[in-house]
Amino acid sequence: MPLISRGFHGRGREGPADRIPPGQHLVDDFPVLSAGPTPHTTLEEWTFTIEGGAEPVRWTWDEFQALPREEVTVDIHCVTKWSKLDTVWEGVSIDTLLDHVDYDSDYLLAYSDGGYTTNLPLEHVTDGKAWVAYNYGGEPLEPEHGGPARLLVPHLYFWKSAKWVRGLRLRDEDDPGFWESNGYHILGDPWLEQRYWGD
Amino acid sequence: MALATGVRWSFAGKDARRVNSEELLAQPRTLTAGEQRGPVAQAPFRQARLTWLVAEVTGKVDETPRVRTLTLDANGWAGHRPGQHLDVRLTAEDGYQAQRSYSIASAPDEQLAITVEKLADGEVSPWLVDDARDGDRFEVRGPIGGYFVWQDDGRPVFLVGGGSGVVPLMAMIRSSSGSARMRLLYSSRTLEDVIYRDELAEREGHGVEVFYTLTRAQPPGWTGYSKRIDTALLREVAWPAADRPHVFICGSTRFVDAAADGLVELGYEPESIRTERFGATG
Repeated sequence: MPLISRGFHGRGREGPADRIPPGQHLVDDFPVLSAGPTPHTTLEEWTFTIEGGAEPVRWTWDEFQALPREEVTVDIHCVTKWSKLDTVWEGVSIDTLLDHVDYDSDYLLAYSDGGYTTNLPLEHVTDGKAWVAYNYGGEPLEPEHGGPARLLVPHLYFWKSAKWVRGLRLRDEDDPGFWESNGYHILGDPWLEQRYWGD
Repeated sequence: MALATGVRWSFAGKDARRVNSEELLAQPRTLTAGEQRGPVAQAPFRQARLTWLVAEVTGKVDETPRVRTLTLDANGWAGHRPGQHLDVRLTAEDGYQAQRSYSIASAPDEQLAITVEKLADGEVSPWLVDDARDGDRFEVRGPIGGYFVWQDDGRPVFLVGGGSGVVPLMAMIRSSSGSARMRLLYSSRTLEDVIYRDELAEREGHGVEVFYTLTRAQPPGWTGYSKRIDTALLREVAWPAADRPHVFICGSTRFVDAAADGLVELGYEPESIRTERFGATG
């Protein structure tokens, strides 16, 4: 029997129960979570690199824009408890990127401008599960939300969707990234409420 | 691989936690994009789950008309480091539950306290600010967050808070023995919105310098700043970049970006600036 807090009623469930993971609540705006200053990388400087395969593969911004793009509408869930439904993104599927890479790895570490990293098992970013997104809501992604491009892994807590992403490092081990080294769960499945170490 | 082979930490008491804290502090704080890391050696993992604890309200302080501090007695709380937060879970009679995160306001050696701002359209904060009274109980889980944390290493500290963003910074001020050189730049809308006003006045000169800016209205004779934080204001208030201060900025996204961008412009290393941004968390 959970502990009842006297006089608390709450707003009750909002939104479809099958789309709001445990402990989450809906928001309409788009809150921001970052650990440091917002980097500002120009599109001329920007590249995207996949290392750890037979050969490193790198795209410039223009080359990246020329890759096949997908538009996806997904729900996103932040570990700080908000969820946002039906967000619309455009970008390049990780499957498309990995088609250019000869690799034999089970994990990756995504890295970003500003030093941020996050770790992911390959099986959680392949088969249509993840993208490098550069448009949000039909507009170029704002820097505060991770522009010019961020990772988009909507089925995991949103810290896995690394802002300002610049590359993926393919690895044999699931080495923890930034938040994963600072108290947050190694995988971060919101439906299992894997927020913190040991969840 | 850390998770496969990692030690399963358990907490027998404060000593166990202390050992663990030191190990956590030994983690690298900043990473560079090209850095390869060996996490097994560098980042021992605490695997014990943060369990929900019953917290009982033992006292409350009305800080402003919209902000209240609750002191809590949470049996089993293992302690925290200044800057960390905790999760609150409220349960209604019908079993409905709501969770939110709140910064811890107290120093590690004080009674656990959170300071909560009531959001107009909030769900949890109105209950905590308006309804909770002594003896009421709810659940907490924590401490959470290993990055927005201050540890005194002799370097000066520059704290920048907007509105209720001052709360985790206050935990740092309260944790200081007075030996650390601390400056707080605190932006509020009006004087009535200033949280911890009396305590900050008492602490002023004892290891912390406080600079206020009131962005919406100022009382007659106001001698503090009267504008939103910008590079010019930061230049007047912040430690010189050459002193290599630790920086902690907490507030709304716009506030944090203005302060962080300004400090980078003044030559602060981005890696030295730790931020916590408030979204709408109700």
